[in-house]
Amino acid sequence: MASVKSKSFSPLRFKDSFENFVFVLPALIIFSLFYIYPFYEIFRLSLHEWNGISLSQRFVGLENFKELVQDKVWWSSLGHAGYITVIALTFQNALAFALALACDRDIRLQKFYRVVFYLPPVLSEVVVGLIWQWILYAGLQNGQHIGLLNYFLDKVGLGSLIHHWLSDPQTALTCIAVVHSWKGFGWGFIILLAGLQTIDRQLYEAAKVDGAGSFHILKNVTIPMMIPVILVVVILTILGSMQVFVLVLSMVGQGLVYHTEVPVTRILASMMGTHRFGYACAQAIVFGAILVGISFLQIRWSKKLKQA
Amino acid sequence: MKINFYKIKGIVQSSFIHLLLMTVAFSCLFPLFWMVRSALMSQETIFVDKSLIPSQLNLHNFYLAWTQGNFGVYCLNSLIYTTSVVAGIVVISSLAAYSFSRLQFPGKNLFFFMFLAAMMIPLPGSFVPLFVLMNKLGLVNTRIGYILCMINVGLSLSIFLLKTFFDKMPSDLEDAARIDGCSKLGIWRHVALPLARPAIAVIVIFNSLNVWNEYILATLLLNDQSLMPLQRGLMVFQGVHSVDYPLLMAGLTITALPIILVYLFMQKHIIKGLSSGALVG
Repeated sequence: MASVKSKSFSPLRFKDSFENFVFVLPALIIFSLFYIYPFYEIFRLSLHEWNGISLSQRFVGLENFKELVQDKVWWSSLGHAGYITVIALTFQNALAFALALACDRDIRLQKFYRVVFYLPPVLSEVVVGLIWQWILYAGLQNGQHIGLLNYFLDKVGLGSLIHHWLSDPQTALTCIAVVHSWKGFGWGFIILLAGLQTIDRQLYEAAKVDGAGSFHILKNVTIPMMIPVILVVVILTILGSMQVFVLVLSMVGQGLVYHTEVPVTRILASMMGTHRFGYACAQAIVFGAILVGISFLQIRWSKKLKQA
Repeated sequence: MKINFYKIKGIVQSSFIHLLLMTVAFSCLFPLFWMVRSALMSQETIFVDKSLIPSQLNLHNFYLAWTQGNFGVYCLNSLIYTTSVVAGIVVISSLAAYSFSRLQFPGKNLFFFMFLAAMMIPLPGSFVPLFVLMNKLGLVNTRIGYILCMINVGLSLSIFLLKTFFDKMPSDLEDAARIDGCSKLGIWRHVALPLARPAIAVIVIFNSLNVWNEYILATLLLNDQSLMPLQRGLMVFQGVHSVDYPLLMAGLTITALPIILVYLFMQKHIIKGLSSGALVG
């Protein structure tokens, strides 16, 4: 007789396992169809030349990747995304951290600030992009500036700063980066504030008793305690900013040919513009690998930091 | 004297902090105010009148955007997509998360790890093969195609959140229900789901925001104006009316207003969910 512990096949047990598996089945079907299959397909297509319509896909090996290495527009688009990311990492995160520090105390209106700061992040990029495009609009009507920013600069006597913000390649990318930061800082603020509020108040008291000034407390108590949270914010900021593109589309559209291209708009252009699906997949793979590499480096770097 | 000095220092410090916070809060609110203000003006006055509250206000642009601008249709579509995607995600992810947390079957950990990995690995440009697949299946320009794609987008994170919630939840009630002869599906429906309400609320809110604001898949998969959701419709509208700013701002207001209202009603849950989610991850 089979003992209770034996792993021998029993119809009852099989039926039980199968029933439990059925719970996962709908999720698994959708996941396989819309995630795993595209994952495989993106690698397969990257080795082919295909226009997306014709029945024949020509196998070209690594040709797409070789071409990509020499694609100047592609690498400059990565540079643009890197520029936006650097501004988001410094300007946006510094602002978020400063505001979180300011709110991490018994301060009046704290709830109000929290609600207001998280308002831009809940709006869509299309809406944000179009509002700011209207504010930054450059042009004159009857000698008056149409866009609010230029109008304001004119009225307060800073007329020399008036600029074609979004049609000048020199400033367009910076404007996009600033608007991206405007949309994103509230998110960093909420997470950093939540992190700050988990720090034990007694640590601050102890530091104060020992005679530490507020700058020393910040440097030697707050920041070391916040490293894990800061790291999450930094990684997610990088991943989010590198993949920005809806803002680019809604703020400048196709207006500035190559000056505001970012990787995702390049992938879209290869796919819908020149109908080179294989090349688009190769771009997507290289870009994905770069993103995975960055987050991997970050995690390793943080482990070293923790050990030190 | 000394006390006074500290008091003054404190007041100066806190007013400086409030000044900073107020400035930033103003910068968050003003663009939205400017959007609504511009929507209430006419094509003739908008370029001339820069006063904060214009003398002549009219709601005509909203009427025009809603009817001629097709925003009535876009809005309905956005509602259809958001409700069906969120409903789908809640049912499918809670079934899977319940099984991952409470039930046993071979390969369980492997499958869960798969969802976890999908959540971690960024896959930019996955819309290329997805578009190819939808083309093959004949699901381009169909509601169901877009809905299925969007369910997949929110699935991994929702499963992860619900599983961690179920893991922490005591199973006494479920055991009691099982002893009383309740089936597994019945326990999921009548015991686990009601108990997981806080976690499900978080999933509903965040997926709703996500679907309502989604742009790229809507652009690639839906070309028919009668199927487009708001974000996609807005860009089409912008292409046609790129110089009629009052009308465009009315369209923007129609798109943004539901999200702002939902956010203001739910802000407590949203901010709490965001904070706790960040500390878990």
